[in-house]
Parts: sequence; C-alpha cells; structure tokens
Amino acid sequence: MTTTIKPAPVVKSIIVKVPPARAFAVFTADIGKWWPSTHSIGGKFKEAVLEPRAGGRWYERETDGSECDWGKVIAWEPPSRVLLAWQLDHNFKYAADLVTEVEVRFIPESAGATRVELEHRNLERLGEHAERISGMVSRGWPAVLEHYAAAIS
Amino acid sequence: MANAISALAALGDQTRREIFERLARRPAAVGELARELPVSRPAVSQHLSVLKAAGLVAVRNEGPRRIYSIDPHGLGPLRAWLDRFWTDALENFRAEAEREEAP
Repeated sequence: MTTTIKPAPVVKSIIVKVPPARAFAVFTADIGKWWPSTHSIGGKFKEAVLEPRAGGRWYERETDGSECDWGKVIAWEPPSRVLLAWQLDHNFKYAADLVTEVEVRFIPESAGATRVELEHRNLERLGEHAERISGMVSRGWPAVLEHYAAAIS
Repeated sequence: MANAISALAALGDQTRREIFERLARRPAAVGELARELPVSRPAVSQHLSVLKAAGLVAVRNEGPRRIYSIDPHGLGPLRAWLDRFWTDALENFRAEAEREEAP
C-alpha cells in the first residue's frame, strides 16, 4: 500500500511599513536586493531575478553570468498578488515537470502598511516527484540538510 | 498537517536537531549517538522516539542493533526547512522594503 504524504502548506505573514504597491515592487522588481544569498542552488549566486509578467521566468544569476531556473511567474497582479511556480525538487534541482506554488498576497493595512502573506503549497508533489526518481533521494537529503543546518545555525 | 507540526516541534529542540543532523550524515545506533553527544543514552533514546513519532527518522534492526536514519520518504524535514527558509527570506524582504522607504 502506498501512503500519500500531504504536508500542510507553509504559510507565512509579515507586516511591512510601506504601501502595497511599494511592497509588491520590492518583492518582485527588487528581489535581487533582498533574496538571501545563502538560498542559492547554483553555487556562485549573484542575484535573484523575477521577470515582471505572467509566463516570466524566476531564476538566479550566477557571478559568471550563467542562470539557474527556479520556476515561472504564473499570475502577475500588481499590487495585490503574484503567483509563482517553484520548480525545484527535493534535491534543489530544477525540474520542468514539477510545480509547487508560491502565492504572495499584498493586503493593505492601516497607516500605509501592508500585510504580506506567503503560501508555499502543493508540497506533496515533492514527494510524488521523489517517488518517481526515488534513486535520487538518498543523494538529495544531504544537500537539503546542509541548507537546513545553515538556516538554523 | 499534524505530521508537519510535530516535525517542526520536534526540531525545536537543540539536541534533537543535532541528533537529526547526525543521522542525516549517516545512520547510527543509540550508543554511537550518545558517545558523540553530551547527553545520556536514555536521553538520546527519548529524543529518537520523539523524532520517530514526528516521521523524521526511521529505525531498522541489524541483528541485535537498532539503526536509526532519517526517513527519506517523510517530507517533514524538507517542509521544516522551507518554513525556516521563508521566515528568513521575508525578514530580509521587510528590511529592504522599509529601508527603501526611509528618507
């Protein structure tokens, strides 16, 4: 019998003291200014890039000019919402046939502030993907854990 | 959902994180972990049972020994990592958004 693991979405929310249009612009156009360089899959991380349109690419640029895909922009609705496809598998490799969704909503708060809600969902698809290429699982975990260890230290 | 929450709770303890990371590097028995960590063998056993209940580690018998490893089919660790990842990323984002807004 196969057990399907369906983890809950990762849901995060943060208040920023700027209006939604500004929050949206910094999240998207300025993603290269804040994306943590530790959260890179290429190894020579220069900056993150998010193309400002539905169907645009979401990727990282390396110091040598090469690019590593992360996924695509599914929906582009400034200043209230952007929906991204995170297409990195459990091994932090780009997988064209894997789509997990990252939805970011920009909700006006009082006094010109914005509540930014982020939901990373369909995480169970990572498991389905892992099942299909199960031989990679054992190689994949050390990379995940290295990231994990870095994040908690 | 219960699994993901228990996984996060399980990894909230420093000693359990250390045990988990050691098992990620290589499977081990209770005794080996107790030798490498500044905690007693019964304490290691207790931590392992919490990690196992959270779906983070699996155990198999090799003769008389019980060998613990991380559970490659559990998504708990990956989800926990993503949870932490987005927390850090959003904090960076907030700092940048508010920095740009400042005169």
